[in-house]
Amino acid sequence: MDLSLSTRTESGAAGDRTVVVVGGEIDVYTAPKLREQLIDLVSSGQYHLVVDMEGVEFLDSTGLGVLVGGLKRVRAHEGSLRLVCTQERILKIFRITGLTKVFPIHGTVEEAVAATD
Amino acid sequence: MARVELELTALPAHVRTARLVVVAAARRAGLADELVDELRLAVGEASSRAVGLHRAHAPHTPVLLTVTDDPRLLTVTVTDHGPAADPQVQDLAEDLWDRADDGTDDHVDPDVALAVLTGLVDDVSVEAGEQGTTVTLRWPLPARGGPIGLPSTAAAT
Repeated sequence: MDLSLSTRTESGAAGDRTVVVVGGEIDVYTAPKLREQLIDLVSSGQYHLVVDMEGVEFLDSTGLGVLVGGLKRVRAHEGSLRLVCTQERILKIFRITGLTKVFPIHGTVEEAVAATD
Repeated sequence: MARVELELTALPAHVRTARLVVVAAARRAGLADELVDELRLAVGEASSRAVGLHRAHAPHTPVLLTVTDDPRLLTVTVTDHGPAADPQVQDLAEDLWDRADDGTDDHVDPDVALAVLTGLVDDVSVEAGEQGTTVTLRWPLPARGGPIGLPSTAAAT
């Protein structure tokens, strides 16, 4: 399955959050599309992102690199990038790479949007 | 024993082709369902790594994949013609962080991919030579049921 992307804005306790809903496979073929989306959001001044990965079927280290790149970009503007993921097969690669310590990972979009720290 | 060989032009889209073919061959060989996700990710990492290296160093040479099933072992090899592997990444998160940069983070870092493979799969070997690197991944296969009434160990002999 190809990559699908959509964005919406939700209001949380600490202000508006841009929710990026990602579906399908994030690999070396599709990762550039996700990278462009994250760059576009940051370029347009949206520095607080929530990436909903519940519809992601496959994620490899290329996809991780893109998410890390997104985190670096929002942090340069004192922003945040939170992930929503409960799928064990996706969480596994975050654990293997130690990125569970780098990304805040939430169980629901509501929780991620409400998070303030 | 059954064997599948695949030569891939070094295109990112064919990393998916590699995953699909290897997963299909592994299912046919009887790989347990709970190992299929691990296999899919491992083959994706190994193929992305090889395709990335070929695009940089050997764009006209195909990446070679083989899938072999002996009765009790599934073996996947991915052979590239890039610079020899150096699987010495100490801190994966730090390495990913350092290498993620504008415009360059859509490539698999070959050493990060190897480190992910090592963390993911119990049986991985990496053989680096002058021509390139062969990554070998192995998974156990369950004993196949023999003819009705015979225990599977008898069928395997």
